[in-house]
Amino acid sequence: MNFELLIQLIVNGLIVGLLYGVIGMCFVLVYKSTQIVNFAQGEFLLIGAWVCWASLIYLELPFFLGFILSLCFMAAFGVLLQMIVLRPMIGEPIISVIMVTIGLSIFFQALMKWIFGVSPQSYPQVFDTQSINIFGLNIEMAYLMSTVIALIIMVAFYLFFKHSKHGLAMRATAFDQQVAQSLGISVKQVFAMSWGIAATVSATAGVVIGMVNGVSDSLSIMGIKVFPAVILGGLDSIVGAIVGGITIGVLENLAEFIDSQYLHIGNMYDIAPFYVLLIILWFKPYGLFGTKDIERI
Amino acid sequence: MSQAAVKIQQASPLLSVNNIEVVYDEVIQVLRGVSLDVPEGEVVTLLGPNGAGKSTTLKAISGLLKTEDGEVTRGDITFMGERIDKKNAEDVVRSGIFQVMEGRRIIEDMTSIENLKLGAYTRNDTQISQDIEMVFHYFPRLKERTGLAGYLSGGEQQMLAIGRALMARPKMICLDEPSMGLSPLLVKEVFGIIEKINKDQGITMLLVEQNANYALKAADYGYIMESGKIVLDGTREQLLSNEDVKEFYLGGGNEERKSFKNLKSYKRRKRWL
Repeated sequence: MNFELLIQLIVNGLIVGLLYGVIGMCFVLVYKSTQIVNFAQGEFLLIGAWVCWASLIYLELPFFLGFILSLCFMAAFGVLLQMIVLRPMIGEPIISVIMVTIGLSIFFQALMKWIFGVSPQSYPQVFDTQSINIFGLNIEMAYLMSTVIALIIMVAFYLFFKHSKHGLAMRATAFDQQVAQSLGISVKQVFAMSWGIAATVSATAGVVIGMVNGVSDSLSIMGIKVFPAVILGGLDSIVGAIVGGITIGVLENLAEFIDSQYLHIGNMYDIAPFYVLLIILWFKPYGLFGTKDIERI
Repeated sequence: MSQAAVKIQQASPLLSVNNIEVVYDEVIQVLRGVSLDVPEGEVVTLLGPNGAGKSTTLKAISGLLKTEDGEVTRGDITFMGERIDKKNAEDVVRSGIFQVMEGRRIIEDMTSIENLKLGAYTRNDTQISQDIEMVFHYFPRLKERTGLAGYLSGGEQQMLAIGRALMARPKMICLDEPSMGLSPLLVKEVFGIIEKINKDQGITMLLVEQNANYALKAADYGYIMESGKIVLDGTREQLLSNEDVKEFYLGGGNEERKSFKNLKSYKRRKRWL
């Protein structure tokens, strides 16, 4: 048994899992406050990564400036998307809204291909050293940065929802929209804010993954891969999204390990999370941390 | 300002509901011409049986009607000389009316303090923590409950809901059945605090109730509603001494009706109109 590889893969799993957790949090944020299952989640990563890439290559900005510029762009993008496309859908059947997000996903994927072409592009080198050695483990600088960013985002989410006025307003809206309105909270504003935050934070993840793997269509697949993570944790639990994300990240790397060492089926990395998803839904249809909807008839 | 103008301004009530009609879902008419006045600093109560339209009247005032597909189709509502019947709920809160909804409706997965902070959502000043202390002064037992608000007892939740309203520093609070589901002792306590808040803070109260005994004790003026209309109104003394009010709401009435023989006539009780 190759222990070195196993540990390396588990560490990779934790790092990627944290990113899944961050993307999952955005997904849960939108779902909780607006009851929309956002199938265009992956496209937020894709657009954010492309905008950052464009600002680095065409505008020749230094990395961190370009990064911040693309985050500002995505915040505005998320808010406008909610206001223009999704606000008129408020009160429409849930299936129609889901179809709209699927449509948005296809539209933006095609739009990005049209603007930036189909071949993957890589970011200019950001760090002097590509990877560092910690306790004999090879860790890419970009991943180290992603871990730090993911942890910062998680702490920021916690503080925002626990202490800030707008965070409390978002929780109130998620709990009961009518009550929120009776307190003077503008529900429309909360909806726009949650889409803005989701787009911005997803773009951060998009840039970080883009730094390692290059910017390409595969980024939007992250939006689908985060489904098992989110459903594992329960669709409406932010803590669940983090736990689910880390679990899926580690599991897919473990599956990769077992496959490469013993089974030799190939591609287990991509498939394993969905097996886990199936099994979890079998036993816990509301996920590990999800709240059961009690309906009185 | 001339003397006459000052006089008119003093005379005009804080809130004035003028012959409103309310229709739900564009077909169901619930209110058929309701008018009422709430003078500044007073407690006004709105009494009536289930389905009379009391809650609908409150929601028309607070703008929450629009969240339930209801609409004021005729008449107008003015608050401090400004029309509010077309305003959204959140704008009505900003203009100074805060509704404590029926069934308390606190946010159960938050702590009491977070609920109170949310009450102050529309404010931008820095005195929020002082006001939380003020709420604890009125409701000392809330201070000891640091857990989630969902685990509070019914009475404590009602206190939290009223405290949350205070946090907004409103000019007027609309209370929708604060006695609902509370034990008689708690009802007494809650009404005591409502009166106290009205006296201390000068906050005007519009109180919708089924418990007419307590409501009329607390109120300066009362309206009685039935089937979407105001059928009777008067000061506390007028209403308390009215034979019909006694019979239908206070459980007293004429002596001879107590005998079983006359029960039939009691059942065929006359309607207000």
